[in-house]
Amino acid sequence: MIEEGLRNELSRQGVVTTTLEELYNWGRKNSLWPLQFGLACCAIEMIAASMARFDIARFGAEVFRPSPRQADLMIVAGTVTKKMAPQIVRLYNQMPEPKYVIAMGVCAISGGPFKEGYNVLKGIDRYLPVDVHIPGCPPRPEALLHALITLQKKIENQRLTGPDRPRHLDGEAPGEFPVPDYGEHDLAPPNNPAVWQPPPMTRDE
Amino acid sequence: MSFGPYSFLALFALAGVVFALAPLAMAWLWARAYSPRKPGRVKNANYECGLESKATGWVQFQTQYYLYGIVFLIFDVETVFLLPFAAAFKGLSTGACAAMLVFILLLAEGLVWLCAKGVWARK
Repeated sequence: MIEEGLRNELSRQGVVTTTLEELYNWGRKNSLWPLQFGLACCAIEMIAASMARFDIARFGAEVFRPSPRQADLMIVAGTVTKKMAPQIVRLYNQMPEPKYVIAMGVCAISGGPFKEGYNVLKGIDRYLPVDVHIPGCPPRPEALLHALITLQKKIENQRLTGPDRPRHLDGEAPGEFPVPDYGEHDLAPPNNPAVWQPPPMTRDE
Repeated sequence: MSFGPYSFLALFALAGVVFALAPLAMAWLWARAYSPRKPGRVKNANYECGLESKATGWVQFQTQYYLYGIVFLIFDVETVFLLPFAAAFKGLSTGACAAMLVFILLLAEGLVWLCAKGVWARK
């Protein structure tokens, strides 16, 4: 491990030093390929973010892939209905590691204005490990870019080894998340307990 | 030791192969060292639209479809050849005109045959 002072001195003299971990994270954070799918109006803002005015290509994330096999970022853009949730979890499972999830808009976070709807999932984080949440209805393209930068900062700080290394570097961590079934009244199970637990209810007596 | 005039081609070919294989080898080594493979039933499924595939793709099709294929061929080929025929009609020799008429006759014959098969009959 190189000392910070020596490193600064070397970079002032025109010698760039790096570690394998930094190189790896640098490569990963600058080539996030999103999966090309949209669920509702947030997808329109996502499309706007990929066009010339906002230009998500500045951050290396313009390659929207039509196949989950080639993507490593899932932007859940819009209302997730209970009918759609198993498909989303299945697509997420089919993406190769490392993979990340951005929940875009209040619908993907919590159900948003449709939270009371019988057919709306109250947040995709009940089934998937969401990395970044963006509030907004819909969030502006700048908000999506901010979420992307936040995710890049998160990737930048991930460790290559050790107990707090990310899931994809951990052989014990699960590679697939259970796909919910259509139950009698709700999705079964209603949430993935390994990812999300309902908050404890406290009542004032 | 001397080299032939084309020996650098072999060198380029070798460099090309190494250039192509080195990233694959590095990715394989990286996966061995750090990033374990995690295959699974859903991940390895061959359908990638989020839905589960129901049955196999090896199913039988109705053989009657060939009749529609023939009808399509007749009208499609007729359209493709009739328009240039009409455009160049004045400049054509008698032989070319006769050949074209024979061609149309052959297609019309197919149409008559389809009529005789009862393709147009209301089921």
